[in-house]
Amino acid sequence: MRLAEAWRVALGALRANRLRSGLTMLGVVIGVAAVVVLVAIGTGAKQTVEQQVEGLGSNLLIVVPGQVSFGSAPTLSPLSLSDVEAVTRVVGDRSRVAVTVTSGERVQAGTAAKFTSVLGVLETTPQVFIRTVARGSYLTRSDVDTARRVAVLGSAVASSLFRDRDPVGQQVTIAGVRFRVIGVFAQLGQSLGIDRDDEVHIPVTTAHRLFGTGRVDGIAIKAPDRERIDELGNRVVAELARRHPDTEFSAVTQEQILGVLGDILGVLTGVLAAIAGISLLVGGVGVSNIMLVSVRERTSEIGLRKAVGARPRDIGVQFLLEAVLLTTLGGGTGMALGVAAASLVSALSPVPAAITWWALALAFGVSAAVGIIFGVVPAQRAGRLDPVVALRAE
Amino acid sequence: MTAAAGTAPAIEAVDVTRTYELDGVWVPALRGVTLTVAQGDHLAIIGPSGSGKSTLMHLLGGLDRPTSGRLVIGGRDVAGLSPAELARLRNETIGFVFQAFHLLPRTSALDNVALPLVYRGMGGAARRRQAAAMLERVGLGHRVRHRPSQLSGGEQQRVAIARALVTGPAVLLADEPTGNLDTATGAAVLALLESMNADSGVALVLVTHDREVALRARRQITMRDGVVVPPAAPRIPRQREEP
Ligand SMILES: Nc1ncnc2c1ncn2[C@@H]1O[C@H](COP(=O)(O)OP(=O)(O)OP(=O)(O)O)[C@@H](O)[C@H]1O
Ligand SMILES: [Mg+2]
Repeated sequence: MRLAEAWRVALGALRANRLRSGLTMLGVVIGVAAVVVLVAIGTGAKQTVEQQVEGLGSNLLIVVPGQVSFGSAPTLSPLSLSDVEAVTRVVGDRSRVAVTVTSGERVQAGTAAKFTSVLGVLETTPQVFIRTVARGSYLTRSDVDTARRVAVLGSAVASSLFRDRDPVGQQVTIAGVRFRVIGVFAQLGQSLGIDRDDEVHIPVTTAHRLFGTGRVDGIAIKAPDRERIDELGNRVVAELARRHPDTEFSAVTQEQILGVLGDILGVLTGVLAAIAGISLLVGGVGVSNIMLVSVRERTSEIGLRKAVGARPRDIGVQFLLEAVLLTTLGGGTGMALGVAAASLVSALSPVPAAITWWALALAFGVSAAVGIIFGVVPAQRAGRLDPVVALRAE
Repeated sequence: MTAAAGTAPAIEAVDVTRTYELDGVWVPALRGVTLTVAQGDHLAIIGPSGSGKSTLMHLLGGLDRPTSGRLVIGGRDVAGLSPAELARLRNETIGFVFQAFHLLPRTSALDNVALPLVYRGMGGAARRRQAAAMLERVGLGHRVRHRPSQLSGGEQQRVAIARALVTGPAVLLADEPTGNLDTATGAAVLALLESMNADSGVALVLVTHDREVALRARRQITMRDGVVVPPAAPRIPRQREEP
């Protein structure tokens, strides 16, 4: 029998039992749609995290006290500005070193007030991280050296305190102390769950007075190139360890952050896909079941086909194609449904969903494989039927 | 398309037996049958119910294999054939007509008739042309698009006959083809089978309960308890007349 003919026969058999075929397919449709949507969400989350980490700037090295591991409580930093100077000497370029000391503070302008993150920083921040000032200017070295009470506002802070007015040159009160606004950042958006437009930068020296502390939370270094980043990290960590023998320090690169986050999200995506895969498996069992019913129902037809010259293989192929057709039609529908659902999810919710061609190819391939795997037993049974016995069935 | 007319028999069965196992007990359905179907033969098989007529027909058509004995169909010993080769042999040399018609539902008369050609790998257009010609020959040229459920019993059996003949087989095996039909319709179907035998030279092996129908055949075979018994009654009067 020609293959085209076998396809035609298989399609005809499915059409003859439309409702049953449809319901059988539904299992596969739901399974494939679930795989597509969940993988899309997992992939989308991963891509977003990657973009955000890359968005911090390139060749970044972040030095923090303690072991970097997700889920552990942050260690209280023993770092001070003298450590920063030591690190700067190791790096050999002040413009490549940034620090932060952060505190949540109330910021007020006239009657408008906002609770926000206030970051004590060096004037080097825009060179180390990607930050652009939209209006006014950023902090200068002399602002830091003389601990001036000047502030650069994140765009969200600026708009909630000043609405349409230009904040540059205006006064704000941070923790009861008056500051002059010298600049406003360009809008940046979320990064790793932190709204980076909802912050205020002030000189680190001013921050120390304001917060009543001398510590810095962490040091960020922009390495001159990717190759020397690990070596530089080691040297910085060694210097800090020498200065603080009781504390462990670690230097993490963006690649390491990405690696850890990627692993977590990869596992998450895998778990989601596995859960979806189980429903696909259940759909496959449904296909197998229905094919066995179909073989039994059409025993007499099988007998007749054999009587007029169908080989066991012809009968087997016919039923196998029927199963594959069921699962691939179901798979195709499931893919369309999954793509639609994924676009709906990313349009209507903050959860990103990225459809990748490999996820679609995989879903389709798996549904075809499910058809073959779950169709083989019924097909073999049909092919091996004794024609005399089959003809007697009615 | 007709098998090469020659002196070689279309089917040759030598001492074939067929035993079924039923709950551990071996039940003999055929207990040694020797039979030759010549090219263009016309043979009637009669006998009481359960005497093994259908069992013999299944063997003659290569649907089943003998438990012992030699069975040669179209010059090929079935013992040495794989299931696939046997299927091909059926397709090429045998046409079956069953009591229960066995037409595919939801399939037009034309496609039902064309079915055996599908398993020859023949293309759609050639298949339909050949099937349409065959339907014309059985007098159903006006029913090609009808489905079995839209045909009368007699028409359905004609479609089945067209299907059996569309491949140009050497032997047509008809097991009680009129069993599900009323007398008049049955007579017409028999007339069609007999005319096909007379006109196209296809050998006809017919199982029937009707003695008159059997007597129209060139030879009669009576079966009882799985063996062929000599047709004592019809032959004795003839022997008396001959001298
Ligand atoms: N698959 C089977 N398993 C067991 N016994 C069987 C099987 N097929 C046939 N038989 C037995 O073989 C014997 C012959 O059966 P067969 O169908 O050949 O009879 P028949 O002459 O065609 O009868 P009828 O005129 O009723 O059609 C019967 O006793 C039957 O019970
Ligand atoms: Mg019978």
